[in-house]
Amino acid sequence: MGIDMIIFTVLSAIAIAAALGVILSKNPVNSVLCMITCFVAIAGHYIMLNAQFLFVVHLIVYTGAIMVLFLFVLMMMNLNADIEPQKRNWLKYAGAISGGALLLVLVAALRDASLPAIQGGGNTEIGLVENLGKTLFTSYVVPFELSSVLFLSAMVGAVVIGKK
Amino acid sequence: MEFTIDWYFLIEKLLLISAVLGISLVVAMYSTWGERKVAAWIQDRRGPNRAGPFGLLQPLADGGKLFFKEEIIPAEANRFLFILGPSLAMFTACLTSAVIPWGDSLTIGGREVSLQIADINIGVLWIMAVVGMGVYGIMIGGWASNNKFSLLAACRGASQVISYELPMGLALIALFMLSGSLSLKDIVEQQRDGLWFVVLQPIGFLIFLICAFAECNRTPFDLPEAENELNGGYHLEYSSMKLGFYLFAEYINMFISSVLMATLYFGGYAFPYMDSLGIDGNLLTVLGIGALFIKTLFFIFLFMWVRWTIPRFRYDQLMKLGWKVLIPLALLNMLITGAVVLFRQNGFNF
Repeated sequence: MGIDMIIFTVLSAIAIAAALGVILSKNPVNSVLCMITCFVAIAGHYIMLNAQFLFVVHLIVYTGAIMVLFLFVLMMMNLNADIEPQKRNWLKYAGAISGGALLLVLVAALRDASLPAIQGGGNTEIGLVENLGKTLFTSYVVPFELSSVLFLSAMVGAVVIGKK
Repeated sequence: MEFTIDWYFLIEKLLLISAVLGISLVVAMYSTWGERKVAAWIQDRRGPNRAGPFGLLQPLADGGKLFFKEEIIPAEANRFLFILGPSLAMFTACLTSAVIPWGDSLTIGGREVSLQIADINIGVLWIMAVVGMGVYGIMIGGWASNNKFSLLAACRGASQVISYELPMGLALIALFMLSGSLSLKDIVEQQRDGLWFVVLQPIGFLIFLICAFAECNRTPFDLPEAENELNGGYHLEYSSMKLGFYLFAEYINMFISSVLMATLYFGGYAFPYMDSLGIDGNLLTVLGIGALFIKTLFFIFLFMWVRWTIPRFRYDQLMKLGWKVLIPLALLNMLITGAVVLFRQNGFNF
């Protein structure tokens, strides 16, 4: 058992514990904080795979921007648990069934997936900024540009809604 | 089942981390003294002059006072988050120093020791990530206090930090176009051979400077602490050393921002004619560290100078400046830089 394995185990334990915390804690603010912890642990996994760019973008976008917005919205809301309406039973069953279906799909998809980065011991260079940039702007330039148009339209949409 | 750990490497890094943290804390501590001296000088007063020669022991006295004061946690506050807030503020303030090259390498006993804790090739992005996470300290502290003024100030602080992160990032993109690397070490080495990036990127530097002021919540952008409207800001309910940590984190942020500006735009540990002095090795490295600290101290002085010269912005003015002036300006700067880089690559030299 090398030091890689120890770090991997610790990070995975933190990620799973935090993910459980997200759904199990009663206070929504604690849920958000658990989710942030989970994201940081997953970012740790990325750096174990030498995917430095993905690691830092994950931190900037998810923990630095999206979760701040979550926290913002939650803090503005009235978090009084007593006046919160109770969820109906059928809603709980529907949630459990759809969640289980998603798990099934994920397991089925990942069962045969080849994960060369993991099997190669995490020494790939593809996650470094230079290689990733070259790949994005040569092999995958069309999807890349298309998704940037998509983002632009989302931004314009947000401005239009904000102007109303 | 066997470990192969390079113990010298581990000890070396541990010592380096301790040294960097220690220096950051001491500089931040004496920044509080410096701030009061600068304020006194600008306002034609004497400043702290009782504790020790020139009042040099004043920061110790202040620290001791904060530690021994009574600690009050409001009854309706969320205890865990109330303590987490200032801890996070300090934690994120200290994280950034990991990727800064504090100097070239020292040779100790035949072993070359790099004076940078982690030379990762995404150095600058790491800083952006940590700056983004710095919001949590403010937001969590403000919300956990269970006080509407704290919450208002926390919201202001968070939206200010998020708004000014964008032009900061855009200004940095223009810098990367010139450097072609995200590693701070590479950026410094390029400035060692060529021009300082402030000459090539004056607008970018100006935008970065303004954003650094906003990110540190310093005047003229210290709206999260606007005492005449908010009674003291997001740390209104804090007392004792928890308040001290919030205030202290601001000074560490100021120190780190100053180091960053010196590193990114003013050559870091490189100084003019450093390679034609005829000395090399450890002495040159030490001189380089000295150069970095002189540049840093100048920027810290600039922070204080501005604080005691320029009044605070109004909140809508702050947002207007961020979104309607700085972001378009940063985009324009990026466009021009990109065009020039492209022209030069295709052989148009002008």
